[in-house]
Amino acid sequence: MEVFVVSLLNGLVYGMLLFMLASGLTLIFSMMGVLNFAHASAYMIGAYFAYTLSLYVGFWVALIVAPILCGLLGAAIEMWGLRRVHKNGHIAELLFTFGLALIIEKVVQMTWGLIAVPYRIPSGLDFPLFDLWGTQFPAYRAFMLLISALMFLSIWLGLTRTRIGLVIQAALTHPDMAGALGHNVPRVFTMVFAAGTALAGLAGVIGGNYRVTEPGMAFSMGPIVFVVVVFGGLGSLTGCFIASILMGLIQTFAVVLDYSLADLLEVFGFVVTKATPGSEFLMVTLPRIAALLPFILLVLILVLRPRGLLGTRDT
Amino acid sequence: MRFGKTILSAMVAGIAALALFMAPAIAQPTIKIAYTGQLSGPAAQVGDAEIKQMQYIIDLMNAKGGALGRKLELVPFDNKSQPADALIALKNATDQNISFIVNCGASNVSAALIDGVNKHNERNPGNRIIYLNCGGVATELTNDLCSFWHFRFDLNVTQKVEAMVKALPKTVTKVYLLNQDYLFGQSVQRDVKIFLAKNRPDVQVVGDELIPLLKVQDFSPYITKIKASGAQALLTGNWGPDMNLLIKAGLSMGIDISYYTFYAHLAGGASAIGPDGDGKVFAVMAFGENVPSDIGNTEAEAWTSGFRANNNFDFIGATVFRSTIEHLVAAINKAGSLDAFKVASAMEDHRMKDFLGFDNWMRADDHQLQSAYYVGAFQRGVKYDSEKTGLGWKTATIIKSDEVVQPTSCKMRRPRN
Repeated sequence: MEVFVVSLLNGLVYGMLLFMLASGLTLIFSMMGVLNFAHASAYMIGAYFAYTLSLYVGFWVALIVAPILCGLLGAAIEMWGLRRVHKNGHIAELLFTFGLALIIEKVVQMTWGLIAVPYRIPSGLDFPLFDLWGTQFPAYRAFMLLISALMFLSIWLGLTRTRIGLVIQAALTHPDMAGALGHNVPRVFTMVFAAGTALAGLAGVIGGNYRVTEPGMAFSMGPIVFVVVVFGGLGSLTGCFIASILMGLIQTFAVVLDYSLADLLEVFGFVVTKATPGSEFLMVTLPRIAALLPFILLVLILVLRPRGLLGTRDT
Repeated sequence: MRFGKTILSAMVAGIAALALFMAPAIAQPTIKIAYTGQLSGPAAQVGDAEIKQMQYIIDLMNAKGGALGRKLELVPFDNKSQPADALIALKNATDQNISFIVNCGASNVSAALIDGVNKHNERNPGNRIIYLNCGGVATELTNDLCSFWHFRFDLNVTQKVEAMVKALPKTVTKVYLLNQDYLFGQSVQRDVKIFLAKNRPDVQVVGDELIPLLKVQDFSPYITKIKASGAQALLTGNWGPDMNLLIKAGLSMGIDISYYTFYAHLAGGASAIGPDGDGKVFAVMAFGENVPSDIGNTEAEAWTSGFRANNNFDFIGATVFRSTIEHLVAAINKAGSLDAFKVASAMEDHRMKDFLGFDNWMRADDHQLQSAYYVGAFQRGVKYDSEKTGLGWKTATIIKSDEVVQPTSCKMRRPRN
């Protein structure tokens, strides 16, 4: 019970952090068809901006300003980089964002150095909120949950209840028609890219001090975010949300469940011993591969349901 | 015109006289020591920090008179931390007739260098080279892969594990093992259990976990599991993000355990762990900046704080690097020559005191230095903090060189001359 409840909370917090990152990417991916490799780099930049800003103006100002800076950066990248590359098709875009991710990593290394920077949780939130059987639940995690829930709500309301949201949705499915009706589709693209980058920046501000702010953080977070986006389905914010939480919970619970395929077979009366062919593979316990489960799920969903959980079109 | 010629010939004569005058200085060239490490690429700072520390040590040795009355000179070669590039660096060093090459790992680079040096020395008996290893710590390098031309000055992994086990307080009876699922992590996992059984039979392993290398983003579930196991200490060989995130998750969830690591004291560790780690994180280390003051050695303290005054990173190589150079200088002086075979023979079984005053000796059987080692506790109120965090590594346990002597499977093949 104790382990179950704490794991549930752990999974939820991690899932929501994933969602903060993935929501921006799914917007960009579904809208522009751009597989933005530099998305996790925006997450990293958000964390570094927040660190530097918090040295001068404090965490709370950084919480607002750093995502805005990231958004401006995103807008600049879209207007002066991506838009030109866009003409040459998806491969060119892919390579462009990939190169961008590498450049950003180098620039971060040169600016802030190679080792982790001491970006800390603000002292106002650095206390345990409550105690569960001796395991503390830090207030900062509750804050993360709150921010990401607010984020989900505002994106969802923005997309479905506002005029600009309708235009975005229209441009998402019928860009030519939306353009013919007089909407400035390129500007919508810039806005979406900037908003997506800003969301990643916000995730960086929140996640950078919860985790560790170092130059490798973008590349370590990148793959799992792609898994979430593809798994959730293109163009579906709800799918992305469900996929994030699911990935968070799967990874969390896989760690605490000490079972292997051999244990499963034993239920059916088949005992695996060292002599059984393939016993090494069968005896690998779940925790040992917990971090790889999302990638296994990615392969499965691409084979079985290419459009993802709630996707509206094929990948 | 005639006047000009006179001046010219006077100048020529003058230069010739000057050259004659300088001749004795030129006849005493420096003793070159090749260094190869990562000087470019993502971890270029590692190599850069190593060079700065070594140069500080070499400056000291030169001030003391060098070796055979000649000065030492460090000649750096980049190897991008790649085995293939390390072999190119080795080739460059031997092309310049350098007899000594220093490299501090990683272990795959060390293994390539040992193999490369063996082959080179066999083929070029007139131009042999010694490999001084200051950080490739895989135990195999002084076991099955041991070589007459290779000398290791840092303790190997198995010795470090034994040091960690010996540093466990008597009150700890339940430990949790968590390691990365690859060669190094698995060897730590195996060795910890061996040495617990040998030295601390009262300690129970309540959890034993392998995680995929650098894949885990969220360590909270592991912390939940560790908490549920009732462990008092977590023993881990993790490095990089796998260590930082693990410790951070544990500290933020406030579970009451100590963290025993091999890498928390390296660059970036103190910044990543932060003030929450006060008194909870331990590192098995060759040196910590508080060791000299903790043992009351003011001379050593003055020397290491001299380095600290001019550099913004910890002087973690102080003992290993200094022992490397000191053993080399002593061996050169004893051999009275720079010949690799004579120097290597002189280095075997060489005993000395390190600069902190602890005994160490280069075991002839496998060329593994037996030296003092330390376990540091990360805490407030230390004389020298780490990375300006206000916390630093207090010397918690001192392991003397005779406490972690281990058998070797090395069958040393010694050349005849």
